[in-house]
Amino acid sequence: MYRYDEFDQEFVNERVAQFKDQVRRRLSGDLTEEQFKPLRLMNGLYLQLHAYMLRVAIPYGTLNARQMRKLAHIARSYDRGYGHFTTRQNIQFNWPTLADTPKILEELAEVQMHAIQTSGNCIRNVTSDQFAGAADDEFADPRVYAEILRQWSSLHPEFLFLPRKFKIAITGAPQDRAAVQVHDIGLQLTQNAQGEVGFVVFVGGGLGRTPMVGRKVRDFLPEKDLLSYCEAILRVYNRYGRRDNKYKARIKILMHETGLDALKQEIETEFEAVKHTFLDLPREEVERINAYFAPPAFETLPAVSENFEAEKRATPVFADFVHRNLNGHKAPGYASLTISLKPIGGAPGDASDEQMEVIADLAERFGHDEIRVSHEQNLVLPHVKLDDLPTVFKILQANGLATPNAGLVTDMIACPGMDYCALANARSIPIAQEISQRFHDIKRQQDVGDLKIKISGCINACGHHHVGHIGILGVDRKGEEFYQITLGGSADQNTSIGKIIGRGFPANEIADAVETVVEAYLQNRVGPEETFIETYRRVGDAPFKEALYGTV
Amino acid sequence: MKVITANRLLDGEVVWLGPDGKWVEVVGDARVFEEASELQQVLQSETVSEERQEVVGVYEIEVAYKDGRLTPTRLREAIRALGPTTHPYLGKQARPESPAA
Repeated sequence: MYRYDEFDQEFVNERVAQFKDQVRRRLSGDLTEEQFKPLRLMNGLYLQLHAYMLRVAIPYGTLNARQMRKLAHIARSYDRGYGHFTTRQNIQFNWPTLADTPKILEELAEVQMHAIQTSGNCIRNVTSDQFAGAADDEFADPRVYAEILRQWSSLHPEFLFLPRKFKIAITGAPQDRAAVQVHDIGLQLTQNAQGEVGFVVFVGGGLGRTPMVGRKVRDFLPEKDLLSYCEAILRVYNRYGRRDNKYKARIKILMHETGLDALKQEIETEFEAVKHTFLDLPREEVERINAYFAPPAFETLPAVSENFEAEKRATPVFADFVHRNLNGHKAPGYASLTISLKPIGGAPGDASDEQMEVIADLAERFGHDEIRVSHEQNLVLPHVKLDDLPTVFKILQANGLATPNAGLVTDMIACPGMDYCALANARSIPIAQEISQRFHDIKRQQDVGDLKIKISGCINACGHHHVGHIGILGVDRKGEEFYQITLGGSADQNTSIGKIIGRGFPANEIADAVETVVEAYLQNRVGPEETFIETYRRVGDAPFKEALYGTV
Repeated sequence: MKVITANRLLDGEVVWLGPDGKWVEVVGDARVFEEASELQQVLQSETVSEERQEVVGVYEIEVAYKDGRLTPTRLREAIRALGPTTHPYLGKQARPESPAA
């Protein structure tokens, strides 16, 4: 993985020193809260309901054991023994004090981590496929370009005060696991007829109160133009994006109001002015960054592991686990392992300091020292030998980390909701917990099959409810928590925004309603091979509406 | 019936304005305002000023007596007064002096 050079390290160290001084001046009264707030936000520090919250960047969701141990240490020493992994592939600590924050940032800098640009109207952490560099369907490793984009966008002087935040996602596989079409810029690695590497470029996707699927602006952007083209998009956005209304400030609104053709023309005109300048991406630079992401030295192994197969036959819980939590690997005899942070009845995305230590140990012993965070709030060991999986499973099992539910109904995304978040209108986590309990039986979950439930506690949609197969949005209705259901959303290569199915439900009825929707799917599917989203797309709203509200 | 709330600058702790002008950590210890004029007077006074470097985000909330205890009426404020409903062992609710502990 990428390692800081002297410039990166110096930059992060200077930033820590700067923030330390800013905190000192705040505490001494030299800075007012009004002056200090934008400064703390630039360093990932929010003030939430109960305490400050520190959001730490995990670039494109990749970290090593040493970094994970540092996160565990921070959770234990400065927080309350846990951290929350987010849909932005970051981690949030919910209880740090302001006074401790500079020290936490110093500790993070020791392991090449920081909280810069995890908030504010700037280019945020670039997100990517959690199986990058490992997946058997991958065309090229997207992290190379994510890292190049990270270097370009870090403290980019033109783009630190954009109209609103700006999110870029990139995938290198045809199966989009990075939700690129619901980002401000979505990049899909591809190649042209000459075999040259490039990108399909989407612009103007996003969730929040006005969900939009990104519009394709380029079928093929050559690799060398990556930064020039992104620079052109950002300049056009910076120039024309609305600053008068924060709810209309994202590039998706600009795309919607300007129209695809006109905006594309603006981008191309700007691109003409930018390209062939210093932003041309030299092949040598790509190679230099590529070397950091060189695959580990995989052993030459048979595709089938006897040890693995025997354990599957002997231990049904192991068979259940690997049936769902493995992803195909490009090297024979290896797999990528999803460690679900969705135990039955748990808070989605939370991991204790002990669990983080266990995962760090496993990564070192069995996983070439690599860990990933998925936007679905799980952790991944991308390179594990099939031979080692029985041992890895036993260790996970002993630490409450062997939930065999990856991609199943209980593997839900949920934002922190009103239990923590100052913006939320309703709670999310208790709803996720109740649904999880309802579907606790693994045989029932397997029977239901692939199903993504996503829950947000307010219209800002941090829980991605618009792109849930079943989406749940919490709202405040006359002081009571109330939940709307959307159906048919999806964030993969066939991205769609879910439709509101009908009137919402109070908190004590929402789990019943979800169960009703799932039962309606089971009754309407042509067979177990037809997934929830396929059935919904075939039959539409009607059977679900009828199941929820009766014949109208 | 209202009380004044904020978060403490140093650690973000949820606090309410107490009867002696000091910020208190338990809502039950807060000064209760029955009169709107009195509340506005205090909200505009030096006592709750952020410039004193004690708290940030000062605002008023509605409270009521529930089972004899002073309780915020809105769920959001009730959660602030106790801690996350999903983690009963965290926040104010987990403290020995808390009525919820």
